[in-house]
Amino acid sequence: MKTRHSVQKVKSKMATRKNITGWLFMTPFLILFTTFTLIPIFTAMGLSLTNYNLIQSPDFIGLTNYMNLILDDDVFLTSLKNTLLFALLTGPTGYIASFLMAWVITLFKRGRGAFALAFYAPSLTSGVAMSTIWLIIFSGDRNGYLNSFLLNLGVITEPILWTRDASYLKWVIVLISVWMSMGTGFLVFLAGLQNIDPALYEAARVDGMKSKFQELRYITLPLMKPQLLFGAVNSVVGAFGIFDVATAVAGMPSPNYSAHTIVAHLYDYAFIRMNMGYASSVAMILFIITFVLGRVCFYVFRSEED
Amino acid sequence: MEAITKRKKFRIKKVKFSKVMLVIGMLALVCFTALPMVAMICRAFMPLDELYLYPPRIFVRKPTLSNFSDLLTSLNASEVPFTRYIFNSLFTAGATVFLTIFICCFGAYGLAKFKPRGSKTIFAIIVAALMFSTYVTQIPNYLIVTELGLVNSYWALILPKVAVAYNFFLVKQFAEQLPDSILEAARIDGSNELHTFWHIAMPLLKPAWSTLAVFSFVSNWNDYFSALVFINTDALKTLPLALQTMAGGAGVVARSGSVGAATLLTTLPTIIVYCIMRGRVMQTMTYSGIKS
Repeated sequence: MKTRHSVQKVKSKMATRKNITGWLFMTPFLILFTTFTLIPIFTAMGLSLTNYNLIQSPDFIGLTNYMNLILDDDVFLTSLKNTLLFALLTGPTGYIASFLMAWVITLFKRGRGAFALAFYAPSLTSGVAMSTIWLIIFSGDRNGYLNSFLLNLGVITEPILWTRDASYLKWVIVLISVWMSMGTGFLVFLAGLQNIDPALYEAARVDGMKSKFQELRYITLPLMKPQLLFGAVNSVVGAFGIFDVATAVAGMPSPNYSAHTIVAHLYDYAFIRMNMGYASSVAMILFIITFVLGRVCFYVFRSEED
Repeated sequence: MEAITKRKKFRIKKVKFSKVMLVIGMLALVCFTALPMVAMICRAFMPLDELYLYPPRIFVRKPTLSNFSDLLTSLNASEVPFTRYIFNSLFTAGATVFLTIFICCFGAYGLAKFKPRGSKTIFAIIVAALMFSTYVTQIPNYLIVTELGLVNSYWALILPKVAVAYNFFLVKQFAEQLPDSILEAARIDGSNELHTFWHIAMPLLKPAWSTLAVFSFVSNWNDYFSALVFINTDALKTLPLALQTMAGGAGVVARSGSVGAATLLTTLPTIIVYCIMRGRVMQTMTYSGIKS
């Protein structure tokens, strides 16, 4: 009886020690994470309900900022529309392209590394730096690579003002964003694919599975759910955060606000007009969109066993 | 018999045909991804007369290093030397990578291997934080950094980016599969927790933190928004911000050679880092899925 008691005591002592050591290891991370991620999220929520210009202390004004955003701010609505367009086109395109590329690459025996680098390199580049090249490719005069190419082919007779004309500008931004987002999930997918046991495919073939697409549908995709989810969450966050490429290529404000995104609107109100309350409500809308879509991803890629 | 061999032949042909199509498709995509990069690399080595040639050329004819020497030696009045921007970027990205590796490995190891009470909640919060765009927290971060008196300093670019949920998540998933027995054995041998972490866990976590080094370096090196918000002295600007200032405004035509060189210098380091670490990245990414 006595010994059992002491064993229990030792056990609980060990458990406490484990708890303390664990928390000590996590402390540095938790302090910084709380300061720069958790508190800010709640601060942003709070600030979005105020009028705050950094000089006077914040005034509580309830949902006024949100009302103004939705009812009065045409530029915000434009930015919302643009962001949705950019995100809906680049997010899924980048996601699917990087999965297909990863899948195709695993079918090859040689040259994987080189192909992988070719697909992945664009997402390693700085959007701002590459914009100097994009501005030359899409330059509005005859010297632009694209204009000169199209003029040569005879497709157009006059150079097109790709980055000045609002109707083209949008598509230029979409194209560049797709180019940069091709690799978002690429590495995760590639690693996931390489990790699938080849014996599973072997077994399926014995059972009469014929095409590569059946393999993809019934073996590969179900096994890769965790990676697919991770990639999806990242591509949602990335797709809704388009900002630096758009401003570097289109300028700020862009012609007719045709490349104005939510983040650009946030930047404009927060750091140019110093209207922190209003800008926070823009941030909250971005937060709500990415969070809800992130949750949708969790639902779509949920693992069956739960 | 003949029919069978015929069919077999046909099948081989079909496979070959689809494979050829695949290769063609892949090459087309490689062209799409690689052409802007090739143009970028070539422009950095183009002499000025080739840069303004009509029709414009993608490939360089007479490569020259003069763009780089122009860029690195030009010291216009009141201008900061370009090497200073390189240093700023290297220092802030390097320091962030260094700190994030330590702090995230520390935390992720603590969470995965000790599972202290409440760690499930913490991990759920961190997974939720994967869905926060950094832009959402930018305004409060600005207020906090201002409050700490760090605006216009290297710290403003480093501190907020150390405890990133994404980084923690990567290491935690990897740390989960470290064998407890090795750590236990070290403890029995009388090694204290810090010693065990440093000499046993860290070497085993090497693939994880190498990956972290790549991702963190890439995202911090390319980060434009933080510098835009936190830095307003020329001397502290990082490369993307400096490059943007350089590429706009008056005298662009005369500078376009140096801009090409600067673009290459801004783009290349991340690619080099990726190439060096490629093998290890793969090892970690295998464990990076989220089980929901």
